[in-house]
Amino acid sequence: MDQLIIAGEKFESRLLLGTGGVPSLEVLEKAIAGSGTQIVTVALRRVEASTSGPLIEVLERCNVRLLPNTAGCMTAREAVLTAKLAREAFETSWVKLEVIGDEQTLLPDPVELLDAAEQLVADGFTVLPYTNDDPITARRLADVGCAAVMPLGSPIGSGLGIRNPHNIALIRESVTVPVVLDAGIGTASDAALAMELGCDAVLLATAVTRARDPELMSAAMRDAVSAGRLAYRAGRIPRRWHARASTQLAGLPEL
Amino acid sequence: MKINVNGSGADVAEGWSVGDLVRARTGEQRRVAVARNGEVVPRGEWEGTPLAEGDLVEVLTPVAGG
Repeated sequence: MDQLIIAGEKFESRLLLGTGGVPSLEVLEKAIAGSGTQIVTVALRRVEASTSGPLIEVLERCNVRLLPNTAGCMTAREAVLTAKLAREAFETSWVKLEVIGDEQTLLPDPVELLDAAEQLVADGFTVLPYTNDDPITARRLADVGCAAVMPLGSPIGSGLGIRNPHNIALIRESVTVPVVLDAGIGTASDAALAMELGCDAVLLATAVTRARDPELMSAAMRDAVSAGRLAYRAGRIPRRWHARASTQLAGLPEL
Repeated sequence: MKINVNGSGADVAEGWSVGDLVRARTGEQRRVAVARNGEVVPRGEWEGTPLAEGDLVEVLTPVAGG
Protein backbone atom coordinates (compact mmCIF):
# COMPACT_ATOMS: atom_id res chain seq x y z
CA MET A 1 0.00 0.00 0.00
CA ASP A 2 1.16 3.49 -0.88
CA GLN A 3 0.10 5.25 2.29
CA LEU A 4 0.74 8.76 3.51
CA ILE A 5 2.38 8.57 6.92
CA ILE A 6 2.47 11.64 9.16
CA ALA A 7 3.86 11.30 12.68
CA GLY A 8 3.40 7.55 12.47
CA GLU A 9 -0.26 7.79 11.48
CA LYS A 10 -1.26 6.22 8.17
CA PHE A 11 -3.69 7.63 5.62
CA GLU A 12 -4.99 6.22 2.34
CA SER A 13 -5.87 9.65 0.98
CA ARG A 14 -3.18 12.17 0.06
CA LEU A 15 -5.63 15.05 -0.10
CA LEU A 16 -6.19 17.27 2.93
CA LEU A 17 -9.25 19.49 2.74
CA GLY A 18 -9.66 22.93 4.26
CA THR A 19 -13.19 23.91 5.19
CA GLY A 20 -12.83 27.68 4.81
CA GLY A 21 -15.21 29.38 2.40
CA VAL A 22 -17.68 26.55 2.24
CA PRO A 23 -21.16 27.83 1.28
CA SER A 24 -23.09 25.43 3.55
CA LEU A 25 -22.60 22.44 5.79
CA GLU A 26 -24.49 20.29 3.32
CA VAL A 27 -22.00 21.20 0.59
CA LEU A 28 -19.12 20.61 3.00
CA GLU A 29 -20.30 17.10 3.78
CA LYS A 30 -20.60 16.27 0.09
CA ALA A 31 -17.20 17.77 -0.67
CA ILE A 32 -15.55 15.76 2.09
CA ALA A 33 -17.15 12.57 0.80
CA GLY A 34 -16.28 13.39 -2.82
CA SER A 35 -12.67 14.20 -2.04
CA GLY A 36 -12.07 11.03 -0.07
CA THR A 37 -10.04 13.10 2.39
CA GLN A 38 -9.20 11.81 5.86
CA ILE A 39 -7.84 15.08 7.27
CA VAL A 40 -9.87 18.28 7.47
CA THR A 41 -8.76 21.66 8.81
CA VAL A 42 -10.82 23.72 11.24
CA ALA A 43 -10.35 26.98 13.14
CA LEU A 44 -11.34 28.66 16.42
CA ARG A 45 -13.17 31.97 16.68
CA ARG A 46 -15.11 33.91 19.32
CA VAL A 47 -18.40 32.26 20.26
CA GLU A 48 -20.54 35.17 19.05
CA ALA A 49 -19.19 34.82 15.54
CA SER A 50 -20.46 31.34 14.91
CA THR A 51 -22.79 28.51 15.66
CA SER A 52 -20.46 25.58 15.91
CA GLY A 53 -22.67 22.70 16.96
CA PRO A 54 -23.76 21.60 13.48
CA LEU A 55 -20.25 21.97 12.02
CA ILE A 56 -18.76 19.59 14.54
CA GLU A 57 -21.62 17.14 14.05
CA VAL A 58 -20.98 17.07 10.31
CA LEU A 59 -17.25 16.54 10.79
CA GLU A 60 -17.80 13.77 13.33
CA ARG A 61 -20.18 12.07 10.92
CA CYS A 62 -17.53 12.21 8.19
CA ASN A 63 -15.09 10.38 10.46
CA VAL A 64 -12.09 12.54 9.54
CA ARG A 65 -9.10 13.64 11.57
CA LEU A 66 -9.46 17.29 12.56
CA LEU A 67 -6.46 19.51 11.97
CA PRO A 68 -6.95 22.84 13.79
CA ASN A 69 -5.16 25.82 12.30
CA THR A 70 -3.78 29.03 13.75
CA ALA A 71 -5.13 31.18 10.93
CA GLY A 72 -4.93 34.90 11.52
CA CYS A 73 -2.00 34.76 13.94
CA MET A 74 0.83 37.18 13.19
CA THR A 75 3.23 36.45 16.04
CA ALA A 76 4.70 33.30 17.56
CA ARG A 77 3.05 34.19 20.87
CA GLU A 78 -0.43 34.35 19.32
CA ALA A 79 0.09 31.16 17.36
CA VAL A 80 1.36 29.17 20.35
CA LEU A 81 -1.59 30.27 22.49
CA THR A 82 -4.03 29.52 19.66
CA ALA A 83 -2.54 26.05 19.22
CA LYS A 84 -2.94 25.38 22.94
CA LEU A 85 -6.57 26.55 22.83
CA ALA A 86 -7.18 24.33 19.82
CA ARG A 87 -5.68 21.39 21.70
CA GLU A 88 -8.24 22.01 24.44
CA ALA A 89 -11.17 22.47 22.08
CA PHE A 90 -10.47 19.66 19.62
CA GLU A 91 -8.61 17.28 21.92
CA THR A 92 -5.77 16.87 19.45
CA SER A 93 -2.13 17.85 19.61
CA TRP A 94 -1.96 18.14 15.82
CA VAL A 95 -1.83 21.70 14.53
CA LYS A 96 -1.57 23.39 11.16
CA LEU A 97 0.73 26.20 12.19
CA GLU A 98 0.15 29.46 10.36
CA VAL A 99 1.95 32.66 11.27
CA ILE A 100 1.38 35.25 8.60
CA GLY A 101 3.42 38.36 7.88
CA ASP A 102 0.70 40.64 6.54
CA GLU A 103 -2.98 40.68 5.70
CA GLN A 104 -2.59 41.41 2.01
CA THR A 105 -0.38 38.52 0.92
CA LEU A 106 -1.05 36.19 3.88
CA LEU A 107 2.51 34.98 3.30
CA PRO A 108 4.17 33.23 6.24
CA ASP A 109 6.56 35.14 8.50
CA PRO A 110 9.42 32.63 8.63
CA VAL A 111 11.06 34.09 11.75
CA GLU A 112 7.91 33.94 13.87
CA LEU A 113 6.94 30.62 12.29
CA LEU A 114 10.17 28.90 13.23
CA ASP A 115 10.00 30.30 16.76
CA ALA A 116 6.42 29.06 17.20
CA ALA A 117 7.23 25.66 15.68
CA GLU A 118 10.11 25.14 18.08
CA GLN A 119 7.98 26.04 21.11
CA LEU A 120 5.10 23.81 20.05
CA VAL A 121 7.30 20.81 19.26
CA ALA A 122 8.88 21.20 22.72
CA ASP A 123 5.36 21.18 24.19
CA GLY A 124 4.53 17.87 22.51
CA PHE A 125 2.54 19.13 19.53
CA THR A 126 2.53 17.44 16.13
CA VAL A 127 3.32 20.51 14.08
CA LEU A 128 2.47 20.90 10.39
CA PRO A 129 3.70 24.37 9.44
CA TYR A 130 2.38 26.37 6.50
CA THR A 131 5.58 27.80 5.07
CA ASN A 132 7.07 29.70 2.16
CA ASP A 133 8.33 27.80 -0.88
CA ASP A 134 11.86 28.22 0.47
CA PRO A 135 13.95 25.06 0.87
CA ILE A 136 16.07 26.55 3.66
CA THR A 137 13.09 27.54 5.80
CA ALA A 138 11.54 24.13 5.17
CA ARG A 139 14.72 22.41 6.30
CA ARG A 140 14.93 24.54 9.44
CA LEU A 141 11.32 23.63 10.28
CA ALA A 142 12.04 19.94 9.79
CA ASP A 143 15.21 20.28 11.88
CA VAL A 144 13.28 21.61 14.88
CA GLY A 145 11.00 18.58 14.75
CA CYS A 146 7.99 19.46 12.62
CA ALA A 147 6.06 16.36 11.52
CA ALA A 148 5.70 17.66 7.96
CA VAL A 149 6.38 20.85 6.03
CA MET A 150 3.64 22.55 4.04
CA PRO A 151 5.04 24.95 1.44
CA LEU A 152 2.72 27.23 -0.47
CA GLY A 153 2.23 26.98 -4.23
CA SER A 154 1.11 30.61 -4.29
CA PRO A 155 -0.75 32.90 -1.85
CA ILE A 156 -3.75 31.52 0.04
CA GLY A 157 -6.95 31.67 -1.97
CA SER A 158 -5.21 33.10 -5.05
CA GLY A 159 -5.68 30.06 -7.27
CA LEU A 160 -2.39 30.96 -8.98
CA GLY A 161 -1.11 27.38 -8.84
CA ILE A 162 2.52 26.51 -8.20
CA ARG A 163 4.63 29.59 -8.99
CA ASN A 164 7.99 27.99 -8.28
CA PRO A 165 7.88 24.29 -9.07
CA HIS A 166 11.66 24.07 -8.89
CA ASN A 167 11.66 25.17 -5.24
CA ILE A 168 8.93 22.66 -4.39
CA ALA A 169 11.06 19.88 -5.88
CA LEU A 170 14.09 21.19 -3.95
CA ILE A 171 12.07 21.14 -0.72
CA ARG A 172 11.17 17.50 -1.40
CA GLU A 173 14.90 16.78 -1.73
CA SER A 174 15.93 18.71 1.35
CA VAL A 175 13.72 17.15 4.05
CA THR A 176 12.76 13.60 5.01
CA VAL A 177 9.40 14.46 6.58
CA PRO A 178 6.28 14.57 4.36
CA VAL A 179 5.89 17.61 2.11
CA VAL A 180 2.32 18.86 1.77
CA LEU A 181 1.68 21.47 -0.92
CA ASP A 182 -0.55 23.95 0.87
CA ALA A 183 -2.25 26.98 -0.70
CA GLY A 184 -2.58 28.36 -4.19
CA ILE A 185 -4.16 25.36 -5.91
CA GLY A 186 -6.65 26.61 -8.49
CA THR A 187 -7.71 23.51 -10.35
CA ALA A 188 -7.03 19.81 -10.72
CA SER A 189 -3.89 20.12 -12.86
CA ASP A 190 -2.21 22.19 -10.11
CA ALA A 191 -2.82 19.38 -7.62
CA ALA A 192 -1.50 16.78 -10.05
CA LEU A 193 1.62 18.88 -10.66
CA ALA A 194 2.28 19.11 -6.93
CA MET A 195 2.22 15.35 -6.68
CA GLU A 196 4.37 14.93 -9.80
CA LEU A 197 6.97 17.19 -8.20
CA GLY A 198 7.20 14.70 -5.36
CA CYS A 199 4.91 16.21 -2.76
CA ASP A 200 3.47 13.60 -0.42
CA ALA A 201 0.08 15.29 -0.21
CA VAL A 202 -1.89 18.39 -1.15
CA LEU A 203 -3.91 20.63 1.16
CA LEU A 204 -6.51 22.83 -0.51
CA ALA A 205 -9.71 24.60 0.44
CA THR A 206 -10.77 27.47 -1.78
CA ALA A 207 -10.33 25.55 -5.04
CA VAL A 208 -13.09 23.24 -3.86
CA THR A 209 -15.22 25.35 -1.53
CA ARG A 210 -15.53 28.27 -3.96
CA ALA A 211 -15.77 26.20 -7.15
CA ARG A 212 -19.06 26.47 -9.04
CA ASP A 213 -19.73 22.85 -8.06
CA PRO A 214 -17.70 22.03 -4.93
CA GLU A 215 -18.72 18.38 -4.84
CA LEU A 216 -17.64 17.80 -8.45
CA MET A 217 -14.38 19.67 -7.91
CA SER A 218 -13.65 17.63 -4.79
CA ALA A 219 -13.82 14.47 -6.91
CA ALA A 220 -11.60 16.11 -9.55
CA MET A 221 -9.03 16.88 -6.86
CA ARG A 222 -9.18 13.34 -5.49
CA ASP A 223 -8.42 11.94 -8.94
CA ALA A 224 -5.77 14.57 -9.70
CA VAL A 225 -3.86 13.84 -6.50
CA SER A 226 -4.10 10.14 -7.15
CA ALA A 227 -2.99 10.47 -10.80
CA GLY A 228 -0.12 12.80 -9.90
CA ARG A 229 1.10 10.40 -7.25
CA LEU A 230 1.02 7.45 -9.66
CA ALA A 231 2.89 9.48 -12.30
CA TYR A 232 5.54 10.46 -9.75
CA ARG A 233 6.05 6.86 -8.72
CA ALA A 234 6.06 5.70 -12.35
CA GLY A 235 8.75 8.24 -13.30
CA ARG A 236 8.23 10.73 -16.10
CA ILE A 237 10.29 10.51 -19.27
CA PRO A 238 13.09 13.05 -19.74
CA ARG A 239 12.23 16.14 -21.75
CA ARG A 240 13.85 16.17 -25.22
CA TRP A 241 14.48 19.04 -27.58
CA HIS A 242 13.55 17.10 -30.71
CA ALA A 243 11.07 14.39 -31.52
CA ARG A 244 11.81 10.73 -30.98
CA ALA A 245 9.78 8.31 -33.05
CA SER A 246 7.85 5.83 -31.03
CA THR A 247 7.35 3.54 -34.03
CA GLN A 248 10.49 1.72 -35.17
CA LEU A 249 12.18 2.76 -38.42
CA ALA A 250 13.37 -0.80 -39.18
CA GLY A 251 11.11 -2.44 -41.71
CA LEU A 252 9.78 0.83 -43.10
CA PRO A 253 8.70 0.05 -46.69
CA GLU A 254 9.90 2.06 -49.68
CA LEU A 255 6.78 3.36 -51.33
CA MET B 1 -17.38 43.26 38.50
CA LYS B 2 -16.16 44.51 35.13
CA ILE B 3 -14.27 42.20 32.83
CA ASN B 4 -13.67 42.01 29.09
CA VAL B 5 -15.10 39.06 27.19
CA ASN B 6 -14.31 38.53 23.51
CA GLY B 7 -13.31 42.14 23.02
CA SER B 8 -16.28 43.77 24.76
CA GLY B 9 -16.83 45.00 28.29
CA ALA B 10 -19.02 42.77 30.46
CA ASP B 11 -20.43 43.06 33.96
CA VAL B 12 -20.50 39.79 35.88
CA ALA B 13 -21.43 38.87 39.44
CA GLU B 14 -18.75 38.68 42.12
CA GLY B 15 -17.60 35.12 42.61
CA TRP B 16 -18.34 33.98 39.10
CA SER B 17 -16.05 31.28 37.76
CA VAL B 18 -14.87 30.73 34.21
CA GLY B 19 -17.43 27.91 34.06
CA ASP B 20 -20.27 30.32 34.96
CA LEU B 21 -19.18 32.66 32.19
CA VAL B 22 -18.98 29.90 29.56
CA ARG B 23 -22.48 28.70 30.45
CA ALA B 24 -23.81 32.24 30.13
CA ARG B 25 -22.21 32.66 26.72
CA THR B 26 -22.98 29.42 24.96
CA GLY B 27 -25.30 26.49 25.30
CA GLU B 28 -22.92 24.25 23.40
CA GLN B 29 -19.91 23.73 25.64
CA ARG B 30 -18.29 20.84 23.86
CA ARG B 31 -15.27 21.95 21.83
CA VAL B 32 -15.14 25.31 23.57
CA ALA B 33 -11.78 26.71 24.67
CA VAL B 34 -11.10 29.57 27.06
CA ALA B 35 -8.15 31.91 27.43
CA ARG B 36 -7.88 34.19 30.46
CA ASN B 37 -5.27 36.95 30.48
CA GLY B 38 -3.29 35.26 27.74
CA GLU B 39 -3.27 31.77 29.28
CA VAL B 40 -5.34 28.71 28.47
CA VAL B 41 -7.81 27.70 31.17
CA PRO B 42 -8.13 23.91 30.77
CA ARG B 43 -11.69 22.59 30.81
CA GLY B 44 -11.07 20.77 34.08
CA GLU B 45 -10.19 24.05 35.78
CA TRP B 46 -13.14 26.15 34.60
CA GLU B 47 -15.20 25.74 37.78
CA GLY B 48 -12.28 26.29 40.12
CA THR B 49 -11.05 29.43 38.37
CA PRO B 50 -12.72 32.58 39.74
CA LEU B 51 -12.94 35.66 37.52
CA ALA B 52 -11.30 38.85 38.74
CA GLU B 53 -11.89 42.53 38.02
CA GLY B 54 -10.31 43.53 34.71
CA ASP B 55 -9.84 40.00 33.39
CA LEU B 56 -9.44 39.63 29.64
CA VAL B 57 -11.31 36.49 28.63
CA GLU B 58 -11.71 34.85 25.22
CA VAL B 59 -14.36 32.15 24.78
CA LEU B 60 -13.72 30.34 21.51
CA THR B 61 -15.59 27.79 19.44
CA PRO B 62 -14.93 25.81 16.23
CA VAL B 63 -15.56 27.36 12.84
CA ALA B 64 -14.82 26.26 9.30
CA GLY B 65 -11.41 27.43 8.18
CA GLY B 66 -8.07 26.78 6.62
